[in-house]
Amino acid sequence: MKAAVVTFPGSNCDRDLAVAFEKAGAEVVRVWHKDSALPQGVDIVGVPGGFSFGDYLRCGAIAAQSPIAAAIQAHASRGGYVIGICNGFQVLTEMRLLPGALMRNAGLKFICKPVELVVATTESDYTAGYAKGQRISVPVAHHDGNYTVDAETLARLQGEDRVAFRYGDNPNGSMGDIAGILSENRRVLGMMPHPERVVDPAHGGADGAVLFASLVGKMALA
Amino acid sequence: MKARVTVMLKTGVLDVQGEAVRRALGTLGFEGVEAVRQGKVIELDLAATDKTAAEAEVAAMCEKLLANTVIEKYSVEIA
Repeated sequence: MKAAVVTFPGSNCDRDLAVAFEKAGAEVVRVWHKDSALPQGVDIVGVPGGFSFGDYLRCGAIAAQSPIAAAIQAHASRGGYVIGICNGFQVLTEMRLLPGALMRNAGLKFICKPVELVVATTESDYTAGYAKGQRISVPVAHHDGNYTVDAETLARLQGEDRVAFRYGDNPNGSMGDIAGILSENRRVLGMMPHPERVVDPAHGGADGAVLFASLVGKMALA
Repeated sequence: MKARVTVMLKTGVLDVQGEAVRRALGTLGFEGVEAVRQGKVIELDLAATDKTAAEAEVAAMCEKLLANTVIEKYSVEIA
């Protein structure tokens, strides 16, 4: 399984994401935002956390217009997998690969702490390794994680079982306690918490490793 | 030709920053501020000379980049 990890100016979780994929057994290629194509044979694109383009204009807005974004869009429309974490989630919503937007946290503060997540669905290659309703601990580190979407789309996300993770104790005001959502074909995942920061007991937890192992395992079978 | 783009959150989208500003104004003794909405203004210098064409182009810029129409609305003034 081959994963491409994108780096924008201001990305700071790209290396951690690459390590998480590698640890799960994936081959990782690194991609620069100015690249206009993905390497041959990429199964999944990882859009990492950080502060792409300094969060100028809106978080993720400028990254969403970069040359690599067009290649990611094409990859997704072919049915390719894409995971966006934190700033990566913001980029995917700005690209309209996922619905909704991430607004300023309701409490206006940057939040950096481990939070409890509830696995809301196991019907995805990302979450199949967890049990439905399982509570896991994953860190968040964001200022703009307040997931906002119109009522109709929110009902659709819930009706189609596309909420991947919910917060146990909502830290940022997100509608429906949503921490992560899936695309219609369940192959694009966006989430604010950082599973790549908990893939080794030395990190203080390994609950995120399940996500990467599940993904790599499912793709090995495909 | 100059364009001025005003981007505001759509009606109904909770503006947590505007609300914090409203409360701070109350703390400072400014009474009767019933609501605050915070947005941004973007000024563009354009080479275009045709007003209608410039308006259309700036609207396209707003749709593609300057505003996130999921949560924001925009207005364009050309001068």
